[in-house]
Amino acid sequence: MAKFNMHMLVCAGTGCRASSSDMLYENLKKELQEQGLENEVQVVETGCFGFCEKGPIVKVIPDNTFYVSVEPKDAKEIVAEHAIKGRQVKRLLYTDPVNKQQISDSKGMGFYKKQIRIALRNCGLIDPENIDEYLAADGYEAMGRVMTEMTPEEAIQVMIDSGLRGRGGGGFPTGIKWQIASKVEGEQKYVVCNADEGDPGAFMDRSILEGDPHSVLEAMVINGYCIGADKGLIYIRAEYPLAIKRLKIAIKQARELGLLGKDILGSGFNFDVEIRYGAGAFVCGEETALIHSMEGERGEPTFKPPFPAQSGYLGMPTNVNNVETFANIPVIYNKGAKWFSQIGTEKSKGTKVFALAGKINNVGLIEVPMGITLREVIFEIGGGIKDGKKFKAVQTGGPSGGCLTEKHLDTPIDFDNLVAAGSMMGSGGMIVMDEDDCMVSVSKFYLDFTVEESCGKCSPCRIGNKRLYEQLEKITKGQATTEDLDNLRNLCGVIRDTSLCGLGQTSPNPVISTLDNFYDEYLAHVEEERCPAGSCKDLIRYEVIPENCVGCTACARNCPVNCIAGERKQLHTIDQSLCIKCGACLEKCKFNAIAII
Amino acid sequence: MTKIKSLADLKKKKDDLQSKIALREKSDKPEGRVQVKVAMATCGIASGSKDVMEYMVDEMDKRNIDAIVTQTGCMGYCYAEPTIEVRLPGQEPVVYGYVDLKKADEIIEKYIRNGELVDGIIPVNYQTIEKNK
Amino acid sequence: MELIKLNIDNRTVEVEKGTTIFHAAKKLGIEIPTLCYMNLGDLKIEHKPGGCRVCVVEVEGRRNLAPACATECNEGMVVHTHSVRVLNARKTVLELILSDHPFDCLICAKSGTCDLQDMAIKMGVRSIPFQGEKSTYKPDFSPAIIRDMDKCIMCRRCETMCNDFQTVGVLSGIHRGFEAVVAPAFERDLDHSECTYCGQCVAVCPTGALTEVDHTTQLIRDLADPQKKVVVQTAPAVRAALGEAFGLEPGTLVTGKMVAALRRLGFDYVFDTDFAADLTIMEEGTELLDRLTRFLGGDKEVKLPMLTSCCPGWVNFFEYHFPDMRDIPSTARSPQQMFGSIAKTYFADKIETRRDEMVVVSVMPCVAKKYECTREEFSVDGNPDVDYSISTRELATLIKRTNMDFNSLPEEDFDKPMGESTGAGVIFGATGGVIEAAVRTAYEVHTGKKLEKIDFEQLRGLEGIRSASVDFDGTQINIGIAHGLGHARELLDNIKAGKSDFHAIEIMACPGGCIGGGGQPLHHGNSAIIKARQKAIYQEDAGKAIRKSHENPHIIKLYEEFLGKPMSEKAHQLLHTHYFDKKRKDVLLD
Repeated sequence: MAKFNMHMLVCAGTGCRASSSDMLYENLKKELQEQGLENEVQVVETGCFGFCEKGPIVKVIPDNTFYVSVEPKDAKEIVAEHAIKGRQVKRLLYTDPVNKQQISDSKGMGFYKKQIRIALRNCGLIDPENIDEYLAADGYEAMGRVMTEMTPEEAIQVMIDSGLRGRGGGGFPTGIKWQIASKVEGEQKYVVCNADEGDPGAFMDRSILEGDPHSVLEAMVINGYCIGADKGLIYIRAEYPLAIKRLKIAIKQARELGLLGKDILGSGFNFDVEIRYGAGAFVCGEETALIHSMEGERGEPTFKPPFPAQSGYLGMPTNVNNVETFANIPVIYNKGAKWFSQIGTEKSKGTKVFALAGKINNVGLIEVPMGITLREVIFEIGGGIKDGKKFKAVQTGGPSGGCLTEKHLDTPIDFDNLVAAGSMMGSGGMIVMDEDDCMVSVSKFYLDFTVEESCGKCSPCRIGNKRLYEQLEKITKGQATTEDLDNLRNLCGVIRDTSLCGLGQTSPNPVISTLDNFYDEYLAHVEEERCPAGSCKDLIRYEVIPENCVGCTACARNCPVNCIAGERKQLHTIDQSLCIKCGACLEKCKFNAIAII
Repeated sequence: MTKIKSLADLKKKKDDLQSKIALREKSDKPEGRVQVKVAMATCGIASGSKDVMEYMVDEMDKRNIDAIVTQTGCMGYCYAEPTIEVRLPGQEPVVYGYVDLKKADEIIEKYIRNGELVDGIIPVNYQTIEKNK
Repeated sequence: MELIKLNIDNRTVEVEKGTTIFHAAKKLGIEIPTLCYMNLGDLKIEHKPGGCRVCVVEVEGRRNLAPACATECNEGMVVHTHSVRVLNARKTVLELILSDHPFDCLICAKSGTCDLQDMAIKMGVRSIPFQGEKSTYKPDFSPAIIRDMDKCIMCRRCETMCNDFQTVGVLSGIHRGFEAVVAPAFERDLDHSECTYCGQCVAVCPTGALTEVDHTTQLIRDLADPQKKVVVQTAPAVRAALGEAFGLEPGTLVTGKMVAALRRLGFDYVFDTDFAADLTIMEEGTELLDRLTRFLGGDKEVKLPMLTSCCPGWVNFFEYHFPDMRDIPSTARSPQQMFGSIAKTYFADKIETRRDEMVVVSVMPCVAKKYECTREEFSVDGNPDVDYSISTRELATLIKRTNMDFNSLPEEDFDKPMGESTGAGVIFGATGGVIEAAVRTAYEVHTGKKLEKIDFEQLRGLEGIRSASVDFDGTQINIGIAHGLGHARELLDNIKAGKSDFHAIEIMACPGGCIGGGGQPLHHGNSAIIKARQKAIYQEDAGKAIRKSHENPHIIKLYEEFLGKPMSEKAHQLLHTHYFDKKRKDVLLD
């Protein structure tokens, strides 16, 4: 058997794959073979490293060299230089955006410095398609110990003591949820894994399933043992083909080793897992809608109670947890509830995975301890705002959350603090906005999403959100009145107060939080017909600044509608009646002679 | 594939498999471990550094020493190849020249195990750029 | 039963555990408004999707408002049904619903009987602060039902009737968000679906989204045409419900006034479908006896149980869903169609009128009947036996439109010969009635003895599936009864599985039978109304001088003069039919 002294971990998450990391993987293998190094250097496809901004990622072990933005053609150089000569390929190292220094070890990067990886512990470390690697990383040990050394009650108590709360958005204590489900009588019970990740921009569940599918399977078995269920179902959107493929492989391998199936590890306990596909409806993340969808019904929520624990899948007691929640669980049993509960804040234990996006230098997937501040996340991990612009707001919780501002930057992030600040944890989307972002347009963006994704069952969500969107559109066009703003606020309140499920109850949050924090901006649109961020097309116009214009004709040549007139070396003018406000002139002008008014 | 029939089976299997990813897990926390870098540039390889590398990797394992053995480029001491750099936890690195398998054995037993310096140290006579930071 | 106490609007009420706030409030005389909730108690249909959100109330200690229709009471709960917060929310929700609803109340078929309109009046809505896009859909005109989904408020009652009660499964929610609407799969037309036209969706629709095809204008034209002899037949269930449209108590029999009104409308002959019902019994009863005798005689070819075939919704149902069992139902046509073919042959000859000069109109509690008269097999050279059918509701609007004060009309009698009927014909209108009528005749024909007791109480009721055994002078005849197609499906599945020992089964598509038909005045979810109509039907039967079909003198005469005997060749040609395999094989094509 080959004994490898060097490992090359190639990210095979969806993000990096989209940038041909699969081809890179093949090239590395081929190159190593040509150099006769196939028995010394192992190339491993792993799950997501999180630093998607800089993908594809290749990490070389044992010297921890972290290569970024690697292309398939770079394989030759990596092998020739790094594997043979032991020299790092400098041009593929990460350059710190602030001090412009190259950093070769990921631990030295601001992006990774403050992260603690629990749910993502194996992502980027092991080959998700090889159960041996998961087993080597303590895989299924927690399950084995729980089933052979603990009663279900004891195991549930560990969950309760750990303080783990559901990572899907609601933040309900996982242990309590299990306890309730364990106490309900039922001839058949089910464990359901909610992998219907739907927040725009959030992809932590996908990354976990792609990078460490066994951790979810293991946790589901533990869950089944605790509540007395022998069937597990994973509800995953069909848009996640890679996650589905890896899950299928994982289930097959676990079955072959007897880690799923009958009489697991001789405990007498049976448990097996099936995959159910969703069509990618946001509302199916709501547990009752999810269950209806699995039953073959229309994906619509129903009123709770009855909760799934009482009457869930096919009317049987069902426990639903989200992927990230499950991924935390094996470690909690391995390292103890106490260890876990020491991480985080008083009421929010452990870590949270966020999908960091927007006007930020380091876009990607991060896992940070609860209690970290937004400032640390945005300015240290995220590397600050792009292009040196000014921070304006950060949106958390996706379409259910709100926009937080400068004054919230030092708030420790946890479930309760975010709600108190007018947003929510949600599933972990985090979008950073700068001075160029119009907050009315931002709310409009989220409402557009909600209007699309509402199931249409209850009136306030079906019609109310549409009307909210239309009102916001009116505002961004400068056609609204201050009375409309009052109506808008009332409508937000009623939708929140009367909607059937969490989707509708939280859908006005983006509007409410921006009304609260950026009312001036709304007023400017309404009273002055002005967009302070200069982004609402109907409220801005492009003008030539005569003293700066040198008559180079660059703007006129690039105008797609030919609405800029002017002779060479003469002052140019923009015909406002034809201008479509595309901004091409502004972009092309080298003399700062075009401005947004 | 044979099924795993008990927790004990599972643990045994894990022990067997551990080496597969041990390198990755160890490399994550190098500070607490012995780090050995073997110069593996053309000069080193020509002088037999490859054998030394393999020997180090195998022996550390056999002798149960928690160490990370990596390869590195030319350290500039081409006259003294094969060269290796050993960094004990919390100490400055020491570079040894003319390392053959016998020497390697001595380094492991005396320096790595007991902290006794062994003949053949090459004094470091320059500063690296990194140290200027 | 555990009792719990709670406080609603500062009053204490004690209810059984599991009671919803909606019902607890009702106990205190507080009517919490709702648009989607529907409870047909006796028929065991409860629909509480919690979708309209009009019934929201404030429950102290809860973050959000709670839907009263779906929230169960808890001990010590404190509820406010008309706080400022509640009233504001309720009105805003209603304004939202109205903002996505056409403003054509004045010309809407449901105007005056529309729940949404009532609600807008109740809430005092005077303006809609949110104007915006309205959802629009392609209107769907089928032979019986019109779907104008622009008016749909997504209460989903139709879905519950179509899927849960009828198990027809044609209507369901499709699309999402603002575009969400109830429609057949792939948004096909009803005509291209497996719709049975039972009309229960129409019967429960709170707005004008689902209505019946309107024939009143055509009828007025035909009545005014001197070239045409216009003949009307009225179904038994109509007389038990028509009065409701004129403010009379549910269950008020208006047979005489109805006849007077029809005569004043200008019909040349006012006849009774009950006459054809008696004729149906002659044919169907004879067929049953024939099959029974052969069966009891050991004939393995004969299929039992025999199923009734008077309900067109039911006929559609088995043609779509159980085509392989279409040899079990009786081949007898429905009373409406028997009436049509006799009217356009026997009666047309009598009054020396050509077929194409005669217009046969039926007044039915049903919308499926509109479809039934368009079936090709019920026409001769393109001329239908029954030209068209109007619903009870359409008759009511016609009476109103022609300036009649219905309640002060005199009581008049049907014309002869086809207006003469027996009590057996009348009870066709209620579930169990057809089989009871058949038993009355079959017993006497089979045994040659006179029935001691005409009322078969064991066949009556509102249970979804009922069964009874009738002693035919030593031979036990097992009878099954189902109303509602879901219940019919249950019986059919049993027959298929060989688990049925029934000799005869009566099936009606609508809850309660024809009295609960899709063409009746709207019951707005009140099942007490259906019960009252049922009572009226049996009351009419009890008051009839003749209560057995084979004793109807005009039926006897019809056989003597024209048909010969039941199941004769002529009877076969005019009074019997055959069924088709309509199972959709083209679901994915179009």
